[in-house]
Amino acid sequence: MISEMLNKRIQEVNPSGIRKFFDIANQMENVISLGVGEPDFATPWHVRDEAIYSLEKKRTAYTANAGLWELRVEIANYLERRFHLEYDPKDQILVTVGGSEAIDLALRALINPGDEVIIPEPTYVSYRPAVIMAGGVPVAVPTYEEREFRLTAEDLVPHITPETKAVILCYPNNPTGAVMERADLEKIAKALAEHRLLVITDEIYSELVYGIEHVSMASLPGMYDRTLVINGFSKSFAMTGWRLGYAAGPRELLQAMTKIHQYTIMSAPTVSQYAAVEALRHGLPEVERMVQEYNRRRRVLVQGFRSMGLSCFEPKGAFYVFPRVRDLGMTSEEFCTNLLMEERVAVVPGSAFGESGEGFIRCSYAYSLESLQEALRRMARFVEKHAKER
Amino acid sequence: MRQEILQILEGDSRLSAAQIAVMLDSTEEAVQAEISRLEEEGVIVCYHTLIDWEKAGRELVTAHIAVKVTPQRGSGFDQTALRIAEFPEVQAVFLVSGDFDLMVLVEGATIQDIARFVSTKLAVMDSVVSCTTHFVLKKFKQNGRLFGRNHSDERPNILL
Ligand SMILES: Cc1ncc(COP(=O)(O)O)c(C=O)c1O
Repeated sequence: MISEMLNKRIQEVNPSGIRKFFDIANQMENVISLGVGEPDFATPWHVRDEAIYSLEKKRTAYTANAGLWELRVEIANYLERRFHLEYDPKDQILVTVGGSEAIDLALRALINPGDEVIIPEPTYVSYRPAVIMAGGVPVAVPTYEEREFRLTAEDLVPHITPETKAVILCYPNNPTGAVMERADLEKIAKALAEHRLLVITDEIYSELVYGIEHVSMASLPGMYDRTLVINGFSKSFAMTGWRLGYAAGPRELLQAMTKIHQYTIMSAPTVSQYAAVEALRHGLPEVERMVQEYNRRRRVLVQGFRSMGLSCFEPKGAFYVFPRVRDLGMTSEEFCTNLLMEERVAVVPGSAFGESGEGFIRCSYAYSLESLQEALRRMARFVEKHAKER
Repeated sequence: MRQEILQILEGDSRLSAAQIAVMLDSTEEAVQAEISRLEEEGVIVCYHTLIDWEKAGRELVTAHIAVKVTPQRGSGFDQTALRIAEFPEVQAVFLVSGDFDLMVLVEGATIQDIARFVSTKLAVMDSVVSCTTHFVLKKFKQNGRLFGRNHSDERPNILL
């Protein structure tokens, strides 16, 4: 009976088709995994230490709804310093429970029933359900390996309708590691100029770029007033478990998001907010050290896949490599299931991130070099065997 | 590239030039040439293995000895430091600032071994004024590595 009473939209959010594969993978032991989308590093000690100190000082109460004032000021300084974005900490920055909450708030604040939200794919798995749960209609736009999974105006524009409320950009991208450089963003900004819609840009991986500079969509001419920036501490400072992120953007939108946040969340975890102040003030050298390490691992994985004959474009951001496995004559889910069974290596089928991810696999390098090398050895054996069979 | 090669080798000296070349987006030849230069120049002193001897079941006593020294005309502390360094039981010798002059790390099979070394070799040197021996009771961290804890990965196999 209860299942009939459930909200229709929630029922509509499909229990992921490949849930079965994930369940098997997660129950299996002695697996070498490249399947996890969070850092292997622990949060830098000085940040953990500051959190402990804040508890010792009895800082255990709620903070202001929008977040600790000191933290909002540090976020404003950081966005200005790193990405040339100017936001007033008074009413343009909201501290949230992870970037995840910011995504949900933005969509709930914007969407009226039937509004369309454009989602370039392959992409992070939360956007589509979040749009549906907010009453909107997700519109997938495929991106392609030939263009390193960058979004082009030609791919995007035909999907814009009078119903389109927003576009969700996620660069550096999970799962592909794709980035959008200034020239790429400029073309999108130009194409959007004549349309009345907002851009939600999830820049949670903005610190994890290799050999290029991260450019925020909000910093492009004409975009500031129509872009919501989402960022957080999970990936850059290895703080996934602290559940802390933020949104920055136009006042009216932030005001509406803060209203939802205030009535549903009250405020983000206080101890995490004190830790985040420390991270922004003194944590960037540690971030640099982690980025250097990720970069080395990234090169090892790309080279490893290429030398086993898999096509693999060079990802310049996040901590994922997205090699093509289609040529082996298996779907990405078949590839992953067989790889798990035959070699006990866990990677994620690209199809989990949208139809255009089919034929690829997501491999994370948030793992030690030794794990990466063992995984590559096993995968090379697997690929060689199945290439012969064909 | 020099600094990066050194940093990588300090973390794991068994990585090959080919592997390091991939990590640094260079060529095996270039990395090998640089490593050879670093070895010739004595920048790379040796390839060392950090061992938790306690875990390996070998009794090993380590002591840090604070040594006060009368500096010598012409050579300062160097001559005494080098003479101390010659003893095979001495693992490290540092000239330090503060209340004493030389920090000497000594290893032996038993406390008696070290006591004997101090009383018969170290304390009797002409320029040595005094020795204070601190025995190591437990090692928590050495060469930047935490001892004793095998940090296990508690993340699931798959997480989107
Ligand atoms: C693109 C992207 N956005 C947001 C998140 C969620 O981050 P948070 O921990 O800040 O909620 C993730 C986590 O995997 C992600 O990959």
